Amino acid sequence: MNVTLGHYLTLGAILFSLSVIGIFLNRKNLIVLLMAIELMLLAVNINFVAFSHYLGDIHGQIFVFFILTVAAAESAIGLAILVLLFRNRASVQADELNALKG
Amino acid sequence: MDITSIFFYTFSAVMLFAAFKVITSRNPVHSALYLVLCFFQASAIWMLLQAEFLSITLILVYVGAVMVLFLFVVMMLDINIEAMREGFWSHFPLAASIGAVLALELASVVLAGFRLTQAPAIAVMPEGQQYSNTKELGVVLYTEYLYPLEIAAVILLVAIVAAIALTLRERKDSKAQNPADQVRVKAADRMQLVKMAPVRQPLSTEPEEGKAP
Repeated sequence: MNVTLGHYLTLGAILFSLSVIGIFLNRKNLIVLLMAIELMLLAVNINFVAFSHYLGDIHGQIFVFFILTVAAAESAIGLAILVLLFRNRASVQADELNALKG
Repeated sequence: MDITSIFFYTFSAVMLFAAFKVITSRNPVHSALYLVLCFFQASAIWMLLQAEFLSITLILVYVGAVMVLFLFVVMMLDINIEAMREGFWSHFPLAASIGAVLALELASVVLAGFRLTQAPAIAVMPEGQQYSNTKELGVVLYTEYLYPLEIAAVILLVAIVAAIALTLRERKDSKAQNPADQVRVKAADRMQLVKMAPVRQPLSTEPEEGKAP
């Protein structure tokens, strides 16, 4: 049995669901939340690359390139905010960040 | 089962295991290291999909830069793991059910739609000419996607400036020169000329003895 496009898409779907579960489980831990977001982006990228390969279209890989760029920028700024937060509050627990009373 | 399938299932199994450990590890450092493993497996899977440039980029950019940044931050912050883990498993039933529903929905859609899609036959290249994924990607990137590429560069620049501006902390006791102030200074700021009436001691015509002048 050859590996078809469905296999790759299923892999992406399972990875995405795992990261959604991770977001639910680690609701207090901002660092693992950021990591779960990275996992989600990775799942989406796997889908893009799989479609690009199976449809013979290079544009999917270009999109992955841009997603990587934006994800790198996102995690850099997220970690900077995290450091700033720790400096001001001495904790990175998500449920303690209620200064805005939202 | 051919060799590609064996590789695919191996990489997928390790990747899903690593992803599971990322979200359930006690220690955030272990999570970050498992995420590195996950990225390596994803890179291998992209290699199977003949996206060579992106798979190398994933290792260079993610494992080399982003995950090192994550590890720096995780190790720098003093995290109270026990407080973080409080109520960890109480959310598990909800999370597992939502995740299962999500996975089933996605899998049913993608399996029904794309189960039988086979890879297109690789185009036969002329003799002595080799297909280069990097070259192909570069040609499209620098012609058709030139404008988005510039925007991506600007986004990276904004990220650099934002990250530095957010975390920059000026010391209060540092003694530094401000070149702008130094250049802008005028002679009048350095020395002040005070106009005052001339005062002259009257010349004593007959000096008395025993008195200091």
